[in-house]
Amino acid sequence: MSNDSDVDSARDVNLPRASAGGAVHGSARHFVDHAATTPLLPQAREAWLDASAVAGNPSSLHASGRAARSIVEQARESIADDLRTRPSAVVFTSGGTESDNLAVKGLWWARRARLGVADAIVAASAIEHHAVLDPVEWLGKHEGADVRWIPVDASGRVEVDFIDHLLSSAAERTALLSVMWANNEVGTGQPVREIAAACRSAGVPFHTDAVQALGQIPVDLSEVGATAVTISGHKVGGPFGIGALVVDPYENLVAVSHGGGQERDIRSGTFDAPAAAAFAVAVPLAVEEQAARAARLQSLQIQLVDGIASVVPDAIINGPVVGDPATRLPGNVHASFAGAEGDALLMLLDAAGVDCSTGSACTAGVPEPSHVLLAMGVNERTARASLRFSFGRTSTDEDVAAITRALPGAVERARRAGSVSTDRYRAARENEVDR
Amino acid sequence: MRIIAALSGGVDSSVAAARMVDQGHEVVGVHLALARSESTGGKSRGCCTLDDARDARRVADALGIPFYIWDFSAEFAEEVMNDFLAEYQANRTPNPCVRCNEHIKFRAVLDRALALGFDAVATGHYAVLTSGADGPELHRAADADKDQSYVLAVIEQELLRHCFFPLGASLKSDVRAEAEARGLRTASKPDSHDICFIPDGDTAGFLTKALGEKPGPVVDVSTGRDVGGHQGTFTVTIGQRRGLDLRIPGEDGRPRYVVDIDDSTDTVYVGSAEMLDVDGLVADHVIWAAPALTAEWSDVSAQVRAHHHPVPAQARILDDTIDVFLLEPVRGLATGQTVVLYSDSRVLGSGRICQTRTVSGVKRPREAQRA
Repeated sequence: MSNDSDVDSARDVNLPRASAGGAVHGSARHFVDHAATTPLLPQAREAWLDASAVAGNPSSLHASGRAARSIVEQARESIADDLRTRPSAVVFTSGGTESDNLAVKGLWWARRARLGVADAIVAASAIEHHAVLDPVEWLGKHEGADVRWIPVDASGRVEVDFIDHLLSSAAERTALLSVMWANNEVGTGQPVREIAAACRSAGVPFHTDAVQALGQIPVDLSEVGATAVTISGHKVGGPFGIGALVVDPYENLVAVSHGGGQERDIRSGTFDAPAAAAFAVAVPLAVEEQAARAARLQSLQIQLVDGIASVVPDAIINGPVVGDPATRLPGNVHASFAGAEGDALLMLLDAAGVDCSTGSACTAGVPEPSHVLLAMGVNERTARASLRFSFGRTSTDEDVAAITRALPGAVERARRAGSVSTDRYRAARENEVDR
Repeated sequence: MRIIAALSGGVDSSVAAARMVDQGHEVVGVHLALARSESTGGKSRGCCTLDDARDARRVADALGIPFYIWDFSAEFAEEVMNDFLAEYQANRTPNPCVRCNEHIKFRAVLDRALALGFDAVATGHYAVLTSGADGPELHRAADADKDQSYVLAVIEQELLRHCFFPLGASLKSDVRAEAEARGLRTASKPDSHDICFIPDGDTAGFLTKALGEKPGPVVDVSTGRDVGGHQGTFTVTIGQRRGLDLRIPGEDGRPRYVVDIDDSTDTVYVGSAEMLDVDGLVADHVIWAAPALTAEWSDVSAQVRAHHHPVPAQARILDDTIDVFLLEPVRGLATGQTVVLYSDSRVLGSGRICQTRTVSGVKRPREAQRA
């Protein structure tokens, strides 16, 4: 296992583009859904297989156990070095959702106890991923937390004034503030460095979900002094089922799952040495390749935005201005096609070989309008008429060409379907309470 | 052809989709999200049919076809569930499956499918479609026990051009065997009988919860005596015998049935079976699956419930309604029910029963009371 893998070979490897399963139609898939997951790096797979041959439980005290533990700790050190933090800060979890839950609930509980305020405030941006949004809501409903949603502007950027006001007026009642590093749907980069600094000087713990940021924009934890940072394996070419919460080792945090006391007693469960090893191969590549990849993705991003404008002139590009990685993830394009439903568009593009997303996947596969777009002030009908395209390591010009080829026909048909769908039901639904 | 196969997650729709694939059509599987679950706060993201949705997805995987969930929960709530409650509140007896077929499965779904570039929708219903001189013909299924032509009689003839019912010529037992042979997990799944949004089968409980309790007396029409109580006139239906809480037995010791409901006084009347015999009806909300009848009487057969034998009848158009004379009386007919007219095995059309006429000589119990 080696961390200094050849960067170029990683990019050029011809990965299978179609997911497994019976429902893959056509052979050439254009996978433009890297924000959902990006293909496993061959080097990561190798590392996983190598580590899986080591027999011991990393918690065992014998030689086999130590060998396995050594793999875990080496991975921890490697990831800490890449993110410029200390190894003891890296807590391995099963992924982004678990890390977010651990941060939100664990930090809030611990800080509430210290503040001695039963209804301590938890503040989070209105555009968080559900993995933050739902635990925050849960704390409000079940633990009596005083929930404050931080509003965003039309580009999806949080209102820093709101945060400043909260910190200056209620810091002693605030147990946690959480703002994602970059948004998963419209790609808005957030001023996390500024927010982290403000929280630090106010003595309020700050969590940020960096799942989408890592690999696309610089993630240097020595510069952004957050209390806790979420990262995920499969979003950066590592395996599914592993992530980490990088959390200040001196910060009190209440465990969410209890057991054998692994990971500083914060996250019990047998160490997953193969997954950690593979994760530790993916992270340095994400960090080292970031600048070069960002430039390439940005060129695809601009090509696609121009392409959409030429084939569907009345399409609306949502989110911040395209072309500046400081304000928008370079791999993200998010567009609305008035009068067409996102799920109809998705289906038609799927049939044309394009894998994209409506930006709001959910377990049952039933589309709900994006809470991110609604928070940005987009109306529900437009929110439903949206698609997200996200580029990554394996993306090429051909993906852009495939999208612009398929889009006009798909939009035309989806608009026809949209015009027969009964607007009065939608109107009735718009009156329903939605977050 | 490009076909949407509606996959409910049951054995019938699985085999129907498989047959469409075998015939060489380009098939896309769609599962409809209809009822929203209360346990998830009414969000369709956790719809009440997770098992069914999963089974449907696995069938699509097995057939190698794409699979999507289409959310028609808003349409379903409005057109089927709200209608269901409104009809009961008005003391009529709706059939929500018929209503769903009319408004959702063969209207909303078909509209969307056609607009998206598909040619037709295929379902696992048991009915036969043929093409005749005057266009598509909808007929009873080969399996008389499973025949579902009744619940499909709300599809206009024009729309039948875009429907496929690949199971119409098959026996249910053969369909199960075929699912088994194809290795589909749905092969041994039991048939569903309940109303999908009342999975526990407690319709009266569902109605009282939604509409509130509105108790009133139950009166025996033969004696005029108060013999029991009810929790709301909408919890009982004409012809109902079971589930009535009658404290005083009938004088002749024979079973008593709900024979009339007076919602002005919240009174439910019970009486003998003979009082329920109906020999005529008028139905509105008429839909033709074949060329419309005329103002002249035609010989037809009429079926008034999904699982009921048809009776010989004569029918004609009267303004916007159909006027039906039943040559054999039918017992316990409630307004709101759907009447389907057949010519032999062919479905002619359907209507919603808005008036019934009891057999000559027997007065409506309410009139008897007032006389």
